[in-house]
Amino acid sequence: MLIIKLAFRNIIHAGLRTWLNVIVLSFAFVLIILIEGLYDGMSEQVKDAEIDSNVGGGQFWQKDYDPYDSFSLERSHAEIPAELKQEIKRGNASAVLIVSASIFPRNLIQSVSLKGIDPDQKIVNLPVSILKEERDTNVIPGLIGSRMAKSTGLQAGDYVSVRWRNINGTFDAGDIKIENVIDLNLPSIDNGQIWIPLEKLRNMMRIPGQATIITLKKNIDRIPADSRDWIFKDYNYLLKDLNDNISRKRLYSNFMFSLLLGMALLAVFDTQVLSIFRRRKEIGTLMALGMTRWSVIGLFTLEGCLLGILAFIAGSIYGYPILAYLAKEGLVLPRMIERSQFAVLLTLYPKYGLHLYVVTSLILLISVIIVSFLPTRKITTLKPTDALKGKFS
Amino acid sequence: MNDFPIIKVNNLIKDYAMGKQCFRALNDVNLSFKMGEFCGLVGPSGSGKTTLLNIIGALDNPTSGDAIVMDKSITVLNHKEAAKMRNESIGFIFQTYNLLPVYSVFENVEFPLLLLKKNKTEREEAVMRALEWVGLSGKANSRPNQLSGGESQRVAVARAMVKLPKIVLADEPTANLDAANSHNILKTMQNLNHELKTTFIFATHDEKVIGYLHRKVMLNDGKVIDDVNLN
Ligand SMILES: Nc1ncnc2c1ncn2[C@@H]1O[C@H](COP(=O)(O)OP(=O)(O)OP(=O)(O)O)[C@@H](O)[C@H]1O
Ligand SMILES: [Mg+2]
Repeated sequence: MLIIKLAFRNIIHAGLRTWLNVIVLSFAFVLIILIEGLYDGMSEQVKDAEIDSNVGGGQFWQKDYDPYDSFSLERSHAEIPAELKQEIKRGNASAVLIVSASIFPRNLIQSVSLKGIDPDQKIVNLPVSILKEERDTNVIPGLIGSRMAKSTGLQAGDYVSVRWRNINGTFDAGDIKIENVIDLNLPSIDNGQIWIPLEKLRNMMRIPGQATIITLKKNIDRIPADSRDWIFKDYNYLLKDLNDNISRKRLYSNFMFSLLLGMALLAVFDTQVLSIFRRRKEIGTLMALGMTRWSVIGLFTLEGCLLGILAFIAGSIYGYPILAYLAKEGLVLPRMIERSQFAVLLTLYPKYGLHLYVVTSLILLISVIIVSFLPTRKITTLKPTDALKGKFS
Repeated sequence: MNDFPIIKVNNLIKDYAMGKQCFRALNDVNLSFKMGEFCGLVGPSGSGKTTLLNIIGALDNPTSGDAIVMDKSITVLNHKEAAKMRNESIGFIFQTYNLLPVYSVFENVEFPLLLLKKNKTEREEAVMRALEWVGLSGKANSRPNQLSGGESQRVAVARAMVKLPKIVLADEPTANLDAANSHNILKTMQNLNHELKTTFIFATHDEKVIGYLHRKVMLNDGKVIDDVNLN
């Protein structure tokens, strides 16, 4: 009890030095929670978006389909098995046919994936119903995302020539009319892709009734069994790349976390070292007055710890409204992030669980205890007579 | 006065390592102090006065020999026991006051009582009484940096006396004071010695202090060269 009171008095008396430490520490504390919260929020948002607009409740892939091998697209289409057809009819699934083709924007050649999708589908959140509206049957209505628009220079209303090879190996060509360019938050449904009506693509390829992917509705009750040509991929599988990407970013955020905390702790460590050095005469006096060595060590350690506790309290008090505000209003990111391969989320909503708060607080407090204690070990070898003379042995 | 020896120093030797050689700061010192003595260690600078006080106060260990303080050999005390002994029975007064800068005068004087876990009313009473002895009741709320040298030294005396220790060890308590302040403090200590039978041991070469002593132990080069009763 006594040393708590003394420690408190001492740090209050140290004035500016104490407050600087508390400010630095609490800043680190709040910033760490914010950064981690941003990553958590972003991961969740991207996952939700990915599920919402792309993977739905999981997908059946034609067995030859390999998203990393564009040549696989030549083979990866097949008739839809009866059971899946039934699900499509019931509105529980939707088919996508993927074909590689070349387009010629600005007189350049560029390879793309044509993705045929039913404009009436309700399974994934993609505004493809606009594809129904094209009256000119000589053109292929297409929809692209904003990244694709950027990389090709195509805009809504533009026409672009397309060339593909049908099932017989014969080259064929036509014109795609870009019906609309939309902000697709996910690169996985944007980069290098043009969405066109499924039936149109089947006709172009001469493969009626075939598909590459069948996407199931979110929260579907029952998942049909695999068949010879069709293999089910659940979302753990489908989101694996995304999760890997997120954990890579996480590593980076943890590095930032350590750096931030490390700098704040260095300030505390420094203060402790300085304080023990400057107050060695006081240490000697305390011992002469009958304080045990360990009480003196306890006192100095506690002074450091109090900085951590004050930082925790201060950070909680001023951090709470700031963090809560950001979680509610979101953090608007600059547009340039669009260029990264990660999702374009114009507004990020950080998400902080109790877990994050508790873990960060514990890490802060424990590391402050450690850096407060380390310099005090010097006191264990300090002779009271030397301390009184103001020297270290 | 009680004849019981409260402090006994036997064949005390203290060597300090000085590079490869060693320097003998105390050379076979034998002394005994009775309870209630008002006594001084007198000698030129470097004669070993502070060293001897530190050993009696269990702040330092002798190289050989022993100091028996209140029936306890300080050579066998561990850190904790030594701290306990200082806490309970010994008051230190330093030449440089050594007040704790963070605390008010009141809190400085209160400190030893906090270590002794006295309750609040006991503490308040004792602190105010001690401040009265040294004539500083009016400065209870001042900070050490607002005090003059003489006032600071008087606070140090009050801090040493507040717990009514058996022994007060005062190392050059008047070194930084003018004559008037020195006499003031010495009179205060003399009174306390009278009233409470506290044993005072000074280390000094100040003639003013010597004038108040009942006994003068002369040290030179770490040896007792004379021991005179001045009563
Ligand atoms: N830690 C130390 N290391 C080496 N020598 C020391 C140490 N402390 C004291 N000495 C030496 O021991 C001798 C006695 O020192 P001490 O401090 O006891 O003298 P003193 O009588 O108190 O002198 P003063 O009147 O100047 O205070 C001195 O010569 C001093 O140099
Ligand atoms: Mg001395």
